[in-house]
Amino acid sequence: MTSNPELSKSPNEASTEPNSKERVFNVDNVNVYYGSYLAVRDVTMDIYANEVSALIGPSGCGKSTILRCFNRLNDLIAGAKVEGKITYRGKDLYAKKVDPVELRRNIGMIFQKPNPFPKSIYENIAFGARINGYQGDMDDLVEKSLKQAALWEEVKDKLKESGLSLSGGQQQRLCIARGIAIQPDVLLMDEPCSSLDPLSTLRIEELIAELKKQYTIVIVTHNMQQASRVSDRTAFFNARAIEAGKQGYLVEYDSTKTIFSNPAEEATKQYITGAFG
Amino acid sequence: MTSADSIQKTEDSQFQTSLRKRYQQGNVLRIVSLIATYIGLVVLGVLLIDVVVDGISYLDWGFLSNFPSRKPEEAGFKSAWVGTIWLMVITAIVSFVVGVGSGIFLEEFAADTWYAKIIEVNIGNLAAVPSIIYGLLGLQAFVRVMEPLTGGRSVLAGSLTMSLLIIPIIIVSTREALKAVPDSLRQGGIALGATRWQVVREQVFPLAFPGMLTGMILALSRAIGETAPLIAVGALTYIAFLPDIWPITEGLQTPFTVMPIQIYNWVSRPQAEFHSVAASGIIVLMAALLLMNSIAIFFRNKFQQKIY
Repeated sequence: MTSNPELSKSPNEASTEPNSKERVFNVDNVNVYYGSYLAVRDVTMDIYANEVSALIGPSGCGKSTILRCFNRLNDLIAGAKVEGKITYRGKDLYAKKVDPVELRRNIGMIFQKPNPFPKSIYENIAFGARINGYQGDMDDLVEKSLKQAALWEEVKDKLKESGLSLSGGQQQRLCIARGIAIQPDVLLMDEPCSSLDPLSTLRIEELIAELKKQYTIVIVTHNMQQASRVSDRTAFFNARAIEAGKQGYLVEYDSTKTIFSNPAEEATKQYITGAFG
Repeated sequence: MTSADSIQKTEDSQFQTSLRKRYQQGNVLRIVSLIATYIGLVVLGVLLIDVVVDGISYLDWGFLSNFPSRKPEEAGFKSAWVGTIWLMVITAIVSFVVGVGSGIFLEEFAADTWYAKIIEVNIGNLAAVPSIIYGLLGLQAFVRVMEPLTGGRSVLAGSLTMSLLIIPIIIVSTREALKAVPDSLRQGGIALGATRWQVVREQVFPLAFPGMLTGMILALSRAIGETAPLIAVGALTYIAFLPDIWPITEGLQTPFTVMPIQIYNWVSRPQAEFHSVAASGIIVLMAALLLMNSIAIFFRNKFQQKIY
């Protein structure tokens, strides 16, 4: 496979100047269709490097759909179509010459339900590195990734055991370790704590705060307190009922502080105060 | 229930529970399903006893090591059981490669188009086509048209015909096994930058493999007892030689017979002695079936343990 150097932005370069607001994603007037059904419309937002951007809103508002545009996971759904323009570090994400497989190595994803592979803990992490042609020492990489995901101390003596033998919170941290083992630029998180207990959630949130020093993070969450705790910027999506179901749209995108203290839109205010959703 | 022990609130008149009636319904259903189970078991038991009583007297080493004969006491089963092993091994290899391959393609790679749906419906239909039809197809395709390759009425032509017969079953069961693998695993792999093939090989296939083996077992169990298609392709009933293992190309082109055909031939003879010989053949056939299934189940369990 020919590698596209402009897509392969290493996270270390980004972390050298943590204060500059480097733009990672630019979403410009994006509509997402499933077949002829317009699921999300009119989304315009910028995602900046080494920040946590949270996407919040009621169910059906399209926040997960937008998240899955960033690593082109919607490509897997027959009939899914993205209109408008999304750029990743200045390059059109949906240009013909962009190979989604190559792109996904740079943009990792953590799912709602922990989905470790039915393999050993070690193999769970080694898999991504191996398929992407990692040349370095695998043992080191596994250890480093598990340490970054704050899981090393709990599993260092049982790396040969199944990833499924871990608790839910540990499984999710294993999935994070798996995601960062391939040294991506961005981490997408799709409600990573929704199936976890409060203590595990707290650990993941601490981890997110740690990880943003190195990675750019976009997180979808149902939990507004979580968004206010972990994120730098928050996008509020809302949904309106149409004939085919629900149609999501972006209401407001601003710094988390503004969204939670002084939102511009009435709907945002109602949502964050718990009046609906 | 209105007995003194009832824990129902007495004044609760909107719920007429009649607990006794509900228990009765459950008991009736349980007895009916119990009877249904035992009907099958009893019939099988009677068959087994009948066959063993008939056939045990002719079942000895000579029966397994002799070729067929006109005299019942010298008649042997050698060419039949060796032929069945040849047929099963070749059929298993061909149908596994083609059936599992198509199943993986249709389930994991093919786009969800009307073309794929037509293929899907057709495969479902093929699984229900009478086996004699496959025999006629095999006769034309493998025995006549491809004669230079198969050598005519050969064990290879028979195996290919048998493979055609069971491939639809294997495709369907392979797809079911693949469907049972949660999509979240595929997405997890793809999100790490894996290609479809890498995801299928590393995440999906190991999990689906035991299920695929189950489909193979069922399909091969059907193949081992099939007679009609092999009669159509011309498996003979009197074979007094074995295919050569080496060179395999010649062995594959040798005429052959299999256990069900030999049994059928003996049963249709007038002499009562041959009916007992046939019973011995049935015992061997069932033993072979049992052995084959046990091996397959052993492998399936082995693979299931390997997966966490």
